[in-house]
Amino acid sequence: MKQKEIAALLDEPACAHNKKSKSGCAKPKPGATAGGCAFDGAQIALLPIADVAHIVHGSIACAGSSWDNRGTRSSGSRLFRIGMTTDLTEQDVIMGRGEKRLFHSIKQAVEEHKPAAVFVYNTCVPALVGDDVEAVCKAAQARWGTPVVPVDAAGFYGTKNLGNRIAGEAMVKYVCGSREPDPLPASANRLGHRIHDITMVGEYNIAGELWHVLPLLDELGLRVLCTLSGDARFREVQTMHRSEANMMVCSKAMINVARKLQDAFGTPWFEGSFYGVRDVSQALRDFARLIGDDDLTQRTEALIAREEAKIDLALEPWRERLRARKVLLYTGGVKSWSVIAALQDLGMQVVATGTKKSTEEDKARIRELMGQDAVMLEDGNPRALIDIVRQHDVDVLIAGGRNMYTALKARIPFLDINQEREFGYAGYTGMVELARQLVLTIESPVWRQVRSPAPWATAATQHVEAC
Amino acid sequence: MTEILKRNKALSVSPLKASQTIGAALAFLGFHRAMPMLHGSQGCTAFGKVFFVRHFREPIPLQTTAMDQVTTVMGSEESVVEGLRTIAEKNNPSLMGVPTTGLAETQGSDVHMAVKLFRDKYPEYDAIPVVPVSTPDYTGCLETGFAKAVEAIIRTVVPTANEAGTQPGRRRHQVNVLVGAFLTPGDLEELKEIIESFGLRPVVIPDLSDSLDGHLGEEDFSPLTIGGAQVSELLTLGDASATLVIGYSMHKAADELANLTGVPDHRFDHLMGLEATDALIDVLHRISGEPVPAKLERQRAQLQDAMLDCHFMLGMARFALAGDPDLLTGFSQMLAGVGAETVAAVSPVNAPSLQRAATESVKIGDLEDLEKLARSTAAEVLIANSHGVESAQRLGIPLLRAGFPQYDTLGGYQKTWIGYRGTRQTLFELANIMLTLEKGEIHPYRSIYAQKPEYREVVNESDAATATGGLHH
Repeated sequence: MKQKEIAALLDEPACAHNKKSKSGCAKPKPGATAGGCAFDGAQIALLPIADVAHIVHGSIACAGSSWDNRGTRSSGSRLFRIGMTTDLTEQDVIMGRGEKRLFHSIKQAVEEHKPAAVFVYNTCVPALVGDDVEAVCKAAQARWGTPVVPVDAAGFYGTKNLGNRIAGEAMVKYVCGSREPDPLPASANRLGHRIHDITMVGEYNIAGELWHVLPLLDELGLRVLCTLSGDARFREVQTMHRSEANMMVCSKAMINVARKLQDAFGTPWFEGSFYGVRDVSQALRDFARLIGDDDLTQRTEALIAREEAKIDLALEPWRERLRARKVLLYTGGVKSWSVIAALQDLGMQVVATGTKKSTEEDKARIRELMGQDAVMLEDGNPRALIDIVRQHDVDVLIAGGRNMYTALKARIPFLDINQEREFGYAGYTGMVELARQLVLTIESPVWRQVRSPAPWATAATQHVEAC
Repeated sequence: MTEILKRNKALSVSPLKASQTIGAALAFLGFHRAMPMLHGSQGCTAFGKVFFVRHFREPIPLQTTAMDQVTTVMGSEESVVEGLRTIAEKNNPSLMGVPTTGLAETQGSDVHMAVKLFRDKYPEYDAIPVVPVSTPDYTGCLETGFAKAVEAIIRTVVPTANEAGTQPGRRRHQVNVLVGAFLTPGDLEELKEIIESFGLRPVVIPDLSDSLDGHLGEEDFSPLTIGGAQVSELLTLGDASATLVIGYSMHKAADELANLTGVPDHRFDHLMGLEATDALIDVLHRISGEPVPAKLERQRAQLQDAMLDCHFMLGMARFALAGDPDLLTGFSQMLAGVGAETVAAVSPVNAPSLQRAATESVKIGDLEDLEKLARSTAAEVLIANSHGVESAQRLGIPLLRAGFPQYDTLGGYQKTWIGYRGTRQTLFELANIMLTLEKGEIHPYRSIYAQKPEYREVVNESDAATATGGLHH
């Protein structure tokens, strides 16, 4: 990928902060950087497309340490769970055999797994030695008749966030618009209301949480043409251009997809979240608003009223146990503001939140929810997180999986909110699971046992302070 | 306070209970060169033998007084005398045990008198201790029979301090350890290692870890137990500096030993979980005057870390437990320590220790009761002996095997549940079982409008063609 193209991806006109501070797209600092590379971001964004053969073109480190390591779920095809890489050898690199190996790899994947399409992720080594991945993909597609999509996402191009955009860019460039949606099923007409087509961009169906929301959309007559990319199929991605309204779900990782679909097809989009009662309702309202169908708006309001009443009742016993508990929130991909609202719905107090990946707009929303004095953490190094827990007497740390063991070593209750987690928190029903998991860790008897000294330990040898 | 729900049906279905009689036999098997002889019909012994052979996968020395029609009607004391003589003559054992069965007790057989007759008639075998114990199978369970046998062995063999001139603490490093039937040979090995790490010498009564630990010996055949506590050691118990008692069921045996010898004791309900193990280590630290070894401190820290890692899976996890009272109580407390809940508990008999079980109520009953309870309380994992396999299958939940008998897997007898290490391993195993349940899984929802090809019965061929043709590079 050319420097110019990378710069174009980083310069995202739809980002509100693009006019001023660039905190959302800051450069990584050597020696003090955590977080994934562009390849990581691209793979994470597209891997959930279930019936695609995802081939990582590169030496083993890229696929070897990342395959089959994600909480996303499919309702059918499991092809995406099979790790595929060209596993380049020294000879391949020196002798320039990478392209040939890739070509044969694609053949093997097509013949053995009959994928709906092949995605080829370019990585650092082949990018550096100059493999023409795009040309190989083109030739392979012509030869075997299966779509082959290059995703040029070498790690050194930039951060995970950039990788998300590269992935989105590849979808818009090569896939969206290459097929018209299926005709509506005959049964759809019997329901008596109009069916509208929508998509969700940046929704990954972690732990299957999208399935908490889909029944509601079905009930409203909203056909999800595609979720990019949770539980998606290649043929769904092809039809995204026909959507009437797009929802940008996860941060602004793939904001370029929403913008480009708007530029090319005039599809309106909004940014929303399925975490927390307030945000789920808001997302449903936003769909109705953008589509502009009065009947839909009315039915949406009725559904929201019904679901909110139901979930309010289900959450009541959990609220009792969570009221006034203090939370330190340090999220990775998930939007802080959305989770803050969800936690406040449960009666909890969010004392501080991480904003490393937040945009200026995100921060404004956080201030709105937490007040002007909201503690925002730009740099969430483990020491800083633990210090805040101690200073504010925090009851639970909510963060990504990599911080889990930091928290546990410091004897701090923890909830995993990142993409590797096993539990789905989206939708109205997801809130009950979130509450349950919070209570489970906060009220666990293990904290008392790991904080108290051994009975034989004298005062002088006590190194573990109760906290 | 745990509520005890009494048995309220006539028929016992999928019984959980194993008899007192074989529990007593098991206690004798924990002594070196011992031979238990069940006083009853020969079937009592044959069944008991198969029970233990399948569990331990070892040859099991077990004899019978082989009561027949004549002795059953006319009196069976002579059978006991002859049986003891035969064993003494053929095998020259170090200890003979005579647990009674339901048949002998119902008949009114006086086994104590029979042993006295044997002594009078065959004084040449006076050096071999003979321990009669009343263990009819219509009361109690394996745990109580085991405890009664240990109590009888102590009463019969251990001399009073006056008789033997023993003095508590004379053997400064010796610690007597009375262990209940719920400790496996693997548990006992761990326990001995912990005690030894304080520079103490444990005398384990009875010591199944030396006899039924599954080791390959030099001898090609032995009609008696190979390994186990030395009977001669019983004479030295009064010189020990302390006695450790593991299991509530052993309290009477402990009282007996304390009365005879005056050695102070320390009692533990069980040794599962951090706090229970801490209590043991603290006592050993105080008895020995030695600092807690760094190795144990390390194991403790490892267990704490495992508790943290596992609490996500085990917190609010719902367990169904079936087992004899000590095992049940130990497991329930260990589970409660990591936030898990015992939602169904069944014990074959009532016991005071059940009051300390960490559960709302304990049903006195069988595996059918457990199955019903587990179903109504939506238990997620079953902990029971191998008979629980069928129940677990019908419930559709996984089973962790614990207790007697375990005949369908290998190595159950060698499993270590206790101490920091054993608890840690148990927690990992339970957490892994929870992970297999995929609790967080949300059932896939298929949208009625979805364009996913696998939802449709026939994939439209022309569709697939457009899919490839429409791409532009």
